[in-house]
Amino acid sequence: MRYGLLTAAFALSSALHASAYAAELEVTHWWTSGGEAAAVAEFAKAFDASGHKWIDGAVGGGGPTARTVFVSRLTGGDPMGATQFNHGRQAEELVEAGLMRDLTDIATEDKWLEVINPPTLLDGCTVDGKIYCVPINIHSWQWLWLSHKAFEDVGLPVPKNWDEFVAAAPKLREAGKLPLALGSQPWQSAGLFQVLMASLGGPEIFNKVYGDKDAEAAAGEEIKRVFAAAGDAREMAKGSNVQDWNQATNLVITGQAGGQVMGDWAQGDFQVAGQVAGKDYSCLPGLGVNEVIATGGDAFYFPVLKDEEKSKAQIDLARLMLSPEVQVAFNLKKGSLPVRGDIDLNAANDCMKKGLEILAAGKTVPAPEQLLSQDTITQINDLMVEFFSSEMSEADAQTRFADIIAGAD
Amino acid sequence: MADVTAISPAELAGPSGRRPRRAISRRNVFIYGTLLLVSVYYLLPLYLMIVTSLKGLPEIRMGNVFAPPVEITFEPWVKAWAQACTGLNCDGLSRGFWNSVRITVPSVILSILIASINGYALANWRFRGANVFFTILIFGAFIPYQVMLYPIVIMLRELGLYGGLWGLVIVHTIFGMPILTLLFRNYFTSLPEELFKAARVDGAGFWAIYLKIMLPMSLPIFVVAIIIQVTGIWNDFLFGIVYTRPEYYPMTVQLNNIVNSVQGVKEYNVNMAATLLTGLVPLIVYFVSGKLFVRGIAAGAVKG
Amino acid sequence: MTGQSRPNRLLRNLSAKIASIPMVLTALCVFVGGTIWTVVYSFTDSRLLPRLRFVGLDQYERLWRTPRWLISIENLAIFGTLSLIFSLAIGFLLAALLDQKIRFENTFRTIFLYPFALSFIVTGLVWQWLLNPDFGVQGLVRSWGWESFTFDPLYNQDIVIYGILIAALWQGTGLVMCIMLAGLRGIDEDIWKAARVDGIPMWKTYLFIVIPMMRPVFITALVLIASGIVRVYDLVVAQTGGGPGISSEVPAKYVYNMMFEAQNLGQGFAASTMMLLSVLIVLIPWAYLEFGGRKRHG
Repeated sequence: MRYGLLTAAFALSSALHASAYAAELEVTHWWTSGGEAAAVAEFAKAFDASGHKWIDGAVGGGGPTARTVFVSRLTGGDPMGATQFNHGRQAEELVEAGLMRDLTDIATEDKWLEVINPPTLLDGCTVDGKIYCVPINIHSWQWLWLSHKAFEDVGLPVPKNWDEFVAAAPKLREAGKLPLALGSQPWQSAGLFQVLMASLGGPEIFNKVYGDKDAEAAAGEEIKRVFAAAGDAREMAKGSNVQDWNQATNLVITGQAGGQVMGDWAQGDFQVAGQVAGKDYSCLPGLGVNEVIATGGDAFYFPVLKDEEKSKAQIDLARLMLSPEVQVAFNLKKGSLPVRGDIDLNAANDCMKKGLEILAAGKTVPAPEQLLSQDTITQINDLMVEFFSSEMSEADAQTRFADIIAGAD
Repeated sequence: MADVTAISPAELAGPSGRRPRRAISRRNVFIYGTLLLVSVYYLLPLYLMIVTSLKGLPEIRMGNVFAPPVEITFEPWVKAWAQACTGLNCDGLSRGFWNSVRITVPSVILSILIASINGYALANWRFRGANVFFTILIFGAFIPYQVMLYPIVIMLRELGLYGGLWGLVIVHTIFGMPILTLLFRNYFTSLPEELFKAARVDGAGFWAIYLKIMLPMSLPIFVVAIIIQVTGIWNDFLFGIVYTRPEYYPMTVQLNNIVNSVQGVKEYNVNMAATLLTGLVPLIVYFVSGKLFVRGIAAGAVKG
Repeated sequence: MTGQSRPNRLLRNLSAKIASIPMVLTALCVFVGGTIWTVVYSFTDSRLLPRLRFVGLDQYERLWRTPRWLISIENLAIFGTLSLIFSLAIGFLLAALLDQKIRFENTFRTIFLYPFALSFIVTGLVWQWLLNPDFGVQGLVRSWGWESFTFDPLYNQDIVIYGILIAALWQGTGLVMCIMLAGLRGIDEDIWKAARVDGIPMWKTYLFIVIPMMRPVFITALVLIASGIVRVYDLVVAQTGGGPGISSEVPAKYVYNMMFEAQNLGQGFAASTMMLLSVLIVLIPWAYLEFGGRKRHG
């Protein structure tokens, strides 16, 4: 509650002497769709209420485009007040170049290490022992979305885990349905593989391969099993003639496809289509096998500014983003999980609650973005999209995968 | 020297080719038949876009993309223009419209002016080394824009122009220069040289010949240059967003924000409406400037 | 006009030289300077930010080991050749048809040109739909009763590049047509009259008189199309994202992805250096032929 009081205090003081504390802070991010914008609005509302002014700098066109703009602005000598990145290694070099502000003092003062759950989230913000960013939400990939209608149509019970799903695939096929919907963009194939690895292979092997970059493990038996599962998935996804993830989700919603492996953001589309979790669709975290989720998500960085007023406002914003009220309000709108373990999300829906339980139980792995450089991630994306759309043998794919891991950084 | 500007409009207009003899001849059937058939290929996507933009989302989700809307709704258009959100600013495309105008007008004028003078100097006043620069310029047409992104950020920073409107205008002028210079140089080269020589004999200088002879004789190619530049600059997204501050962001930034959200719900109908709305300005320019696709007045000028 | 024996060589054509200053500056500072900068940094291990830490030919070795790059080049060759031929042919034919004193010329011209005005982010999606086997043209024809009709270029690795070609021609031929039309309008009416008097058939007039006269215009169109081909990027992103698999990848997309998505500037610069090198290999002999020794006008 401490922060709530603080916010209220700010609001009060600003009402009294607005000019004394007010600073305008431009905040750049790439959240542009309806739900995302509504979530950002929660930040802005809270920040404006604290007496400052939030200048919104939304840059669409997806993460890479937005990041290009951010980097140009920073190198062009026109820094913004705060900026989004995925938490992980995307901004590493900007930190090393001294462009980002060190937040260690505030982090120690506010005990971020205790508050933030899982604490590994802060690893993504840490360079040389100093903290440079504020993680604000958790998005996880490890979800299998299943259409109840599709399984009713073929007279099968809705699968409870990946193996049952695979077993049900031939029947779906016979009925002219697509067992597994998979969009054809690289990140979707790589995402599917990553989920198979964390869920079927388990957190240990996931950490070994992506975390320690252990090429031997990547060439080993356990990953071989993961590739075998990927082979099954490829078979099940054959004939999936869509590209965007939400076109694939739509196949699940309409019952034309049995299921889809996609991140928690897919839930928004089910909701918009008026579907109810547990009745029209099921969500299985960790594919119903290993209930573990990877803690990807977003973080905010604060560039070094000369203006003192603005620098002060940066601190206020950083604190505000982590305050319990704002965390709840933001994440409910965004459909993501909060980064604090000590808050109550009553309003969350069933699937989100499942995610929260897993978080509370500490069954998490870091997201690949936190462990691998963007360069390595792109190489894995390219390999996976090639694998899933061709007849490449599982053994060949594994060899190339182990090669990439060997050269990973 | 003939008074070129005094030629009557009747002599100006009119395509070449034979005059049609009858309204329905085999030749006409062939020409209009072909044009209409080809038009189907060009118009089919437009049909799809308009139809989709008039449907509600549930209807789109049902799947038949060719079907006309059961229930026509203009809401996607209203939303695209005035309500779609770019982050917190929910005023749709209208937000960036004037910025786009403010970027496009000076960029188009400056780039065409410089390129047409370049082309004219290269075609008619060749000086030593000119062809080397020209070759470099053509080479420049092939450089992927993205590669130059960061060097130009640094150049503009050093010039103190980073983030402002004029920096962006200069960038557009630079990247429009290769193709436009080539366009003008080759067009001026294909004009009869006698005209230029006659003017030189009359004692006209560099600028006088450009203004009095070359400009009026090259309306069609100026139209082509305008088409290329208006389209390119109006639709530009990357330069606009990388080289300016948010207060100058063009309309395409909003378009991208509306269209390209990765994790949100995709509103196909709004996307289509937004694209059509954004394309409207170049389309109007095409249609209006199309009247200037006149036959060159080379012959008249020589005779006069 | 370029007589060299007169005095004051520097002052000759002074206006022309002054007028060319912007061009000279652009050519030297931006294009030459930028290219050198790119080449230099292609020998470094620059990641997110450019930095001068040299690694020799590492980036190039990796480039030529990457299957995606090899496929990109192959695609560019196929797409480039076909796109060049069809753009020129269709562009010229349409221009010639429009030049027949037809009615509604303005309307037809706008119909052929409008795709050029529409941002490809969304029109790419429309082509995705049209070429989708389930709900696009194939589905439509099948619903008319022709059950075996197959037309799914975007979802077949072997022909995906033709699917992109269909959309590329849709978008780009209108502009080529306009350039051709402007060229045709620059041709003297008397030439047509003379040909008619001599009884030369129209197709012969076009082939042997008009097209040779339009050589400069064709070169403009050629460079315009070719530079568009080399830089083709958003078309692919919007339509297939490089898929299925990596079967429709193109070099410019590789450069872009490496620089901004993979945050590996060095690799992106190496790829773009290879692209620029191949452009030079074509361009320098051409420039030599075009300018070398020739003093004639045009």
